[in-house]
Amino acid sequence: MDPVILSTVQDALDRLKDKEVYIHLETTNGAYASHNDESFFSSGAYIRNAKVTYERGKITGEGPYRVGLKIPFGWVYAEGITHFEIDQKGRLLLAGHDFNGKLAVALEISETPFD
Amino acid sequence: MEKERQVLVVFPHPDDEAFGVSGTIASHVNMGTPVTYACLTLGQMGRNMGNPPFANRETLPAIREQELDNAARAMGINDLRKLGFRDKTIEFEDENRLTNLMSSLITELNPSLIITFYPGYSVHPDHEATGAAVVRAVEKMPETSRPKLHCVAFSRNCVEELGEPDIVYNISAVADIKLDAIRAHRSQTELMLANMADKLKAKDPQTMAWLHNERFWTYPF
Repeated sequence: MDPVILSTVQDALDRLKDKEVYIHLETTNGAYASHNDESFFSSGAYIRNAKVTYERGKITGEGPYRVGLKIPFGWVYAEGITHFEIDQKGRLLLAGHDFNGKLAVALEISETPFD
Repeated sequence: MEKERQVLVVFPHPDDEAFGVSGTIASHVNMGTPVTYACLTLGQMGRNMGNPPFANRETLPAIREQELDNAARAMGINDLRKLGFRDKTIEFEDENRLTNLMSSLITELNPSLIITFYPGYSVHPDHEATGAAVVRAVEKMPETSRPKLHCVAFSRNCVEELGEPDIVYNISAVADIKLDAIRAHRSQTELMLANMADKLKAKDPQTMAWLHNERFWTYPF
């Protein structure tokens, strides 16, 4: 993955809009967060292969970035995005890595279901 | 360490075996004991991607599968079973399905020793659910034909509640193999090993004790 290039990510978001796409959205602080620090409240959420069509997709902020997708009856968004990749399948992979390089958030958009 | 007929190791993630058990596994292999390692997932939800990242959420499973193969080779395991579950979902699976899967492994392999996580004392939900499934499967067997069950525990309260581990193996004779097994899980361990490099080189007593001692609690049925 490479550090976010706003225009490249925005182009990819535009390319995938108004299409049926599959979303992977995840936030995590790791299963060991509360074990390593008992004062830490561990939380996270995960959805894989939710099928949506968005009419607007935007990346914004000064880095780490925020990405929002406007869907017919609501929104999808992620914050803390630092890296991106457009893989061989044309999927837009966005991720936020924390200060130690560990994944903290992921938003991925694909025209075909994720494995 | 007793010579076993067959050892069955059951963990949910590639690398679960590396830190606390790989020396024990290598020791059994060295004695000529067949060791089967059943690994439930490919660690798809790992958070270490390299820094700068060389993996991403979608490439990680294949990378970790390769790392698992490499680790198994390092330990001399020639029967590695990948059970095809998804990381962080084991506790949501049907419990009977998991129990039956463990029962069928036990029936097929007839192990004299099973190694898994101690349910209730192993921190990660996948660890807990995996250990619990093994315990349920062994519990269903007639008492006289049950294999020994050695469990790994590392929750903060484990010693307080379970007492000191009844089994502590010094695996220093195979420490190099253990380090190779840990290194094989490069995506997950590279950073940690880099942070430890100086202490390993200086043979820091605490680091050596961590590396050389593998601790188990015999599960009391």
